[in-house]
Amino acid sequence: MSQTATHAEHFDATASKIGMWLFIFTELLLFGGLFIVYSVIRFSNQVAFHLAAEELSVSMGAVNTVLLLISSMTIAMSVSSVQFGNKKLTLFLISITILIGLVFLVNKYFEWSTKIEHGLYPGSSVLQGFGNGDTLFFGLYFFMTGLHALHIVAGISILAWVLKRVADDNIHAGHFVHLENGALYWHLVDVIWIFLFPLFYLIS
Amino acid sequence: MSNPGENHIVPYRIYIYILVTLLTLTGLSILVTSFELGPLAVSAALLFATIKTTLVFMYFMHLKFDQPVYAIMVLVVLFVFIAVIVVTFLDYSFR
Repeated sequence: MSQTATHAEHFDATASKIGMWLFIFTELLLFGGLFIVYSVIRFSNQVAFHLAAEELSVSMGAVNTVLLLISSMTIAMSVSSVQFGNKKLTLFLISITILIGLVFLVNKYFEWSTKIEHGLYPGSSVLQGFGNGDTLFFGLYFFMTGLHALHIVAGISILAWVLKRVADDNIHAGHFVHLENGALYWHLVDVIWIFLFPLFYLIS
Repeated sequence: MSNPGENHIVPYRIYIYILVTLLTLTGLSILVTSFELGPLAVSAALLFATIKTTLVFMYFMHLKFDQPVYAIMVLVVLFVFIAVIVVTFLDYSFR
């Protein structure tokens, strides 16, 4: 009996992490494809993209960039603290990361609301008056930042599950690959934003 | 059973250094693109984003500390992505 139980406990952390990385690659190529679409459309609508990008608030984008970078650090630290066996600090660091993710979404809500109030949303009459370039810019803006925001929601859900597992002592210094994988996913979300920020907010 | 990260626990201060570097690079990219650089602004912004991504991959995502297999996989995917970009742009510029 005990032998069967020990056998069930066997767990291959390397395989688990390789699986997570493979999933991350599909995500990178998904957004990579969108960046290629952005580049090609930008190339043929340079003036419109230049003017449309000035509608976006650099400070709002910068605040969200800083938030995500800090949250990336806190979740990376939690992977160290769990190995040091410091459960309290691990729980604290994961909670802070989740909290920052929620603040990011609140900022996104206000940012999108302002755009929509100004009539800048896909299919709006205001945008149709501006022409194709602006329509394409805001179409890509809403699609790419929206898809990224969905990833933030997914990341928060994964980290909430990881938080519960740490609290229940299912994740500890001897078995923490789920926290590592959750952290990897959160870093991926950060990396995507590192590219979205300059492409939409900075280059104008 | 062995856990790849087990031998090397990254000290907290490394993460703080990396965060400070990332924030500095963000500030620099905002500063640089605030000048009217034209097409150069795109290259500058992408260069800063690439440096930042490299730091996140190597330190936050542990590629520097883990077994080399992960880093090799990332490089292969990066190569595939660059190949797709090159082919797309060749196709786009010669039609």
